Amino acid sequence: MELFKNFKDFKMDVLKEVGNIGAGHAATALSQLVGKPIDMAVPKVQLLNFEEIAEKVGGAEELVYAVFLRVEGEAPGNLFFILTPEAAVSLLNRIAGIEVSSEGMLGEMEMSALNEIGNILAGSYLSSLADFTQLSMFPTVPALAMDMAGAILAYGLLQFGQMGDDALLIDTTFMEGNDEIEGQFFLIPDPESFPKIFKSLGVPFDND
Amino acid sequence: MIEEQSIIKVGMADLNVGSQDSLIRTTGLGSCVGLTLFDPVKKLAGMAHVMLPSSDIAREGQLNIAKYADTAVPELLNRLLALGAVRSRLVAKMAGGSQMFAFAGGNDTMRIGPRNVESCKLALEALHIPLIAEDTGGNFGRTIEIACNTGVLFIRSVQKGIREI
Repeated sequence: MELFKNFKDFKMDVLKEVGNIGAGHAATALSQLVGKPIDMAVPKVQLLNFEEIAEKVGGAEELVYAVFLRVEGEAPGNLFFILTPEAAVSLLNRIAGIEVSSEGMLGEMEMSALNEIGNILAGSYLSSLADFTQLSMFPTVPALAMDMAGAILAYGLLQFGQMGDDALLIDTTFMEGNDEIEGQFFLIPDPESFPKIFKSLGVPFDND
Repeated sequence: MIEEQSIIKVGMADLNVGSQDSLIRTTGLGSCVGLTLFDPVKKLAGMAHVMLPSSDIAREGQLNIAKYADTAVPELLNRLLALGAVRSRLVAKMAGGSQMFAFAGGNDTMRIGPRNVESCKLALEALHIPLIAEDTGGNFGRTIEIACNTGVLFIRSVQKGIREI
């Protein structure tokens, strides 16, 4: 894990660009789906302790909807698309015309629609990333869960867990003008994917 | 030794012990397992938030022994014994080990929850500590809290509310 602590700013910038390209394409796809412009924050690339990662979405107990895809191929990793319950309801309404009565549990149909939305966005994130890096990346079938953030995100930390207590996270937030729809993409490449990503982008990978 | 009604937090891949009126809590258990040991006479309890089944797969330089089932359970036992717990009185409970995402393929990583549960059971058996209650499996997250004076384990989940074991 020392390896990641020693990343120079330049390498962090390269990873930010990775997040920028992926989330940029996903934001465009989302904006087409809802028919409104979607803004995107500058991606954050951070080496975070496991506890801090759950804090990024409001704490380990915070209720979130998350679409999770395991990425396989040359640069494996984990990709999460995370929405607050309010944003999930709002997205369903805008895109699928589904009226959700309260902020209670979504039914099977709603969950399925949300999973598909997440799939479209995550697929667009991943395919633009694969084009950019020229690395093969295949998403697994996406899975949707609504639960405590800590319980969900732990799934993305297992590969890092074997190496230490921190994970390198590429975090991009996007929002619609009035913050009604706010979502986050978390890309957590497996530790062994970093040299491949850097190499494919022409960045020499040594320990500095 | 410990303030009244204090809450002792246990993070992911972490463990801690408490006594008397304190509560030990860990939040957002998904595939991870929260394992507790309790000495009813001394009113001592300990909790570990286990993330991975076995330290054999560890590739980290300095092993975090609270992270793996096979190392966390013995460590938790040692911490309680150091505080004066009596080994033959200790009983174990656990919760967590769920499968948050259902996938068609039987990828081993995705089965991490059940594997964590199995490993914790093996570790307890090896130490001859009886497992008296568990709330494991399913596809939902849990937050758990043990009362150090009674050994009651409170389990809260989004879908099922609060349960005691």
